Amino acid sequence: MSEITPDLVRHLANLARIDVTDQEVDLFAGQLGLIVDSMAAIKEAVAGDVPATSHPIPMANVYREDVVEPSLTQAQALSAAPDSADGRFRVHAILDEE
Amino acid sequence: MAKDELMNYEKALEQFEVVIGLEVHVELNTNTKMFCGCRNEFGDEPNTNVCPICIGLPGSLPAVNKRAVESSIKIGLALGCEIAPNGRFARKNYFYPDLAKNFQTSQYDEPIAFEGLLQVEVPSGNSFTVQIERAHMEEDAGKLTHVGGSTGRIQGAEYSLVDYNRAGVPLVEIVTKPVYGAGAEAPELAAAYVRSIREIVKGLGVSDAKMERGNVRCDANVSLRPHGQEKLGTRTETKNVNSLRSIERAVRYEIQRQAALLAKGTAIIQETRHWHEDKGATSSGRPKSDADDYRYFPEPDLVPVQPSKEWIEELRAGLPEKPADRRKRVQAEWGFADLEFRDVVNAGLMDQIEETVAAGAKPQAARKWWTGELARIANSQEKDVIDLEISGAYVAELANLVEAGKINDRLAREVLTFVLDGEGSPAEVVAKRGLEVVSDDGALIAAIEAALAKQPDVLDAIREGRMQAAGAVIGAVMQAMKGSADAGRVRELLIEMANK
Repeated sequence: MSEITPDLVRHLANLARIDVTDQEVDLFAGQLGLIVDSMAAIKEAVAGDVPATSHPIPMANVYREDVVEPSLTQAQALSAAPDSADGRFRVHAILDEE
Repeated sequence: MAKDELMNYEKALEQFEVVIGLEVHVELNTNTKMFCGCRNEFGDEPNTNVCPICIGLPGSLPAVNKRAVESSIKIGLALGCEIAPNGRFARKNYFYPDLAKNFQTSQYDEPIAFEGLLQVEVPSGNSFTVQIERAHMEEDAGKLTHVGGSTGRIQGAEYSLVDYNRAGVPLVEIVTKPVYGAGAEAPELAAAYVRSIREIVKGLGVSDAKMERGNVRCDANVSLRPHGQEKLGTRTETKNVNSLRSIERAVRYEIQRQAALLAKGTAIIQETRHWHEDKGATSSGRPKSDADDYRYFPEPDLVPVQPSKEWIEELRAGLPEKPADRRKRVQAEWGFADLEFRDVVNAGLMDQIEETVAAGAKPQAARKWWTGELARIANSQEKDVIDLEISGAYVAELANLVEAGKINDRLAREVLTFVLDGEGSPAEVVAKRGLEVVSDDGALIAAIEAALAKQPDVLDAIREGRMQAAGAVIGAVMQAMKGSADAGRVRELLIEMANK
């Protein structure tokens, strides 16, 4: 069983901006441990020379030409915003990340 | 840290070896954003170049801009990098309102370009090889304005306003390997490196490369270790260094700050720091996140980028001349002495002078204006000379007005300030403001006679061969005509009058 500690769960919850209770921390630690163990099992089954897959269909090089397409209007863009001012989205000032 | 707590720069270098690393973000000048067809434009009304993709609405799907990929490959090739036969995008997860999706689409373990080299010359003439670790594609974030609080900075702000016009604009991030051995010249090397990157991307035509608009941005990593120690010291990453001058100052400051701390036995904290141009100092930002904290994973909404050999070779064949070859060629063409040419290169003015010469100016006149008066004006505005809002064509026009005797140097400097203020071309400014040199004999003779009335002995002095006496009259005429007199003609007229 992988060592997913309560502290690690709290750290992840913080990164994901999710509030968790102590009970949830224990619950998630067990669940996350199981997931990590399952991934480890897959890793063992796959040889190192198998390329990673990020897309179910083997395809590549899907491009868009560099041509301007219509954008939303400012009013449309802001229409679902919880709050706005001066044509901009208004959000809580968040410290320490800038 | 207060100025007097910093360690003396020379002393810091005696005790420690400086290691730097640079991350440069280049905004590409594509028509549209990286993953959607919204316009890539600076300065538009907020949130008018946005769509469901770049504001992260559910169900929207990105599509890669082919020209952005092409520009990224060109940058990689120009830096001597390998181009990855198989590249992929990845999600860099973080929660901050500058991106609405809660992740930045970037590249992680499969960047489009890797393992390059750039030869960089510093002002002393020393040359360093900077190894490029990688260049990867990603998207820019939106622009936040912090409102409330006294200074407009985030500290004390009550709320923030977000404009997503810039969100999704294509970026190429170029990352160096640690750079050793620059010693006392590490700050100059950092600035010269960014200048080179800027010249390269401008030469490739893939970016507008204006630092004051954030087209080219630099984060500077600095660490120190005692001479002879193998293990690298703890580094700091200084952000917000958005002019060449700031880069040089910020690196120098970090060397002095870290040296002072290490000498006291205080450990350096691995963190991002912010550069404050006004204070000439860095301040502590957030602790540096581990790459793990970003929980990178392959972007499931985009397929791999696999540029064909043919495409890469076609782009390679179309690359502009290598900077070193170009330098040799233009120096010979312009006939500049080594020192003159080094000044031009160090100021990053080759493009400007080339443009000015192409527009019809003599190379020496072009050099004189760019490295002289224009550099002086830029310096007084704390700008880089290449960021001045003036084209080579205008500088050529100005130089040619002087050459043709339409204006003198003094008037030309005056004309220049109006041109920089956006009043039009030099010829237009001269016409509109009546700044032409007065070489009309009638007007000049009247002014000379007025001056002679106050200094009646001058003609006698000239007759006796004391030409320096003419200076007083020329000066008085100049003053009376507010500097617009043709001094040479005034002198000729005076001699004619004396010999009558």
